[in-house]
Amino acid sequence: MTMSLTKPAMRGLLAKRLRFHLPIAFGLSLIAAIAFKYAVTEPRNKAYADFYKQYDATKEFNAMKEAGIFESVRPSGE
Amino acid sequence: MLLIHRMLATRAFRLVGSRALSTSICLRGGHGVAKVEDYALPAYFDRRESPLPDIKYVQQLSPDQTSLKEKEKGSWAALSKEEKISLYRISFKESFAEMENGTGEWKSVVAGVFFFMGFTGLVVLWQRKYVYGDVPHTFDPEYKQKEVQRMLDMRINPVEGFSAKWDYEKNTWKK
Repeated sequence: MTMSLTKPAMRGLLAKRLRFHLPIAFGLSLIAAIAFKYAVTEPRNKAYADFYKQYDATKEFNAMKEAGIFESVRPSGE
Repeated sequence: MLLIHRMLATRAFRLVGSRALSTSICLRGGHGVAKVEDYALPAYFDRRESPLPDIKYVQQLSPDQTSLKEKEKGSWAALSKEEKISLYRISFKESFAEMENGTGEWKSVVAGVFFFMGFTGLVVLWQRKYVYGDVPHTFDPEYKQKEVQRMLDMRINPVEGFSAKWDYEKNTWKK
């Protein structure tokens, strides 16, 4: 116990922590965003594009009309 | 008479930390003052945040302990290891390691939590049988079937959701 201990760091503690953690935080956030884009939004956009590529609005309307769900226009039978 | 009483009172107060005070009546200035209660006196407690309690743990020293205290007034190098430990135990009840030890109380707590969850389950079952009335007619299987058919007719969520899973050509669910 005769030698004196080294003086601990008194300043710049937050700066040191930020220098370490901020790049990691930004990097992880970026990765999360990119992963979400390619795992979720891209398939979703593609699904919508494919759906509407072969979509015939009139045909769908007539099918729905015959099913009898509309109130303004009834199926052809009635 | 009053002077003697005052002297006794001051002498008594110099012994602060001794439990012998607990049941004595303090007289000051000739008036009777309220009895000093146990809880009003300095207490001993083992706590990490205040490592030196207000009073020593052992208040009434046995003859061995008294002689040890006398020896303590001399050179500490002369004390053996056991004597040092005895002196420590006179002043303190538990060491830091001992007081930090977990109590295992969490096991009782978790057990109690599970027990009451189970009891609540029984209460819910009883309620379902004896308290609640019938569900609405909209829960009948026939009604539900008509509901599903109507949702498919309306093309609910045709891109990624409900109707997307139905094959309109073959009139069946997609594999």
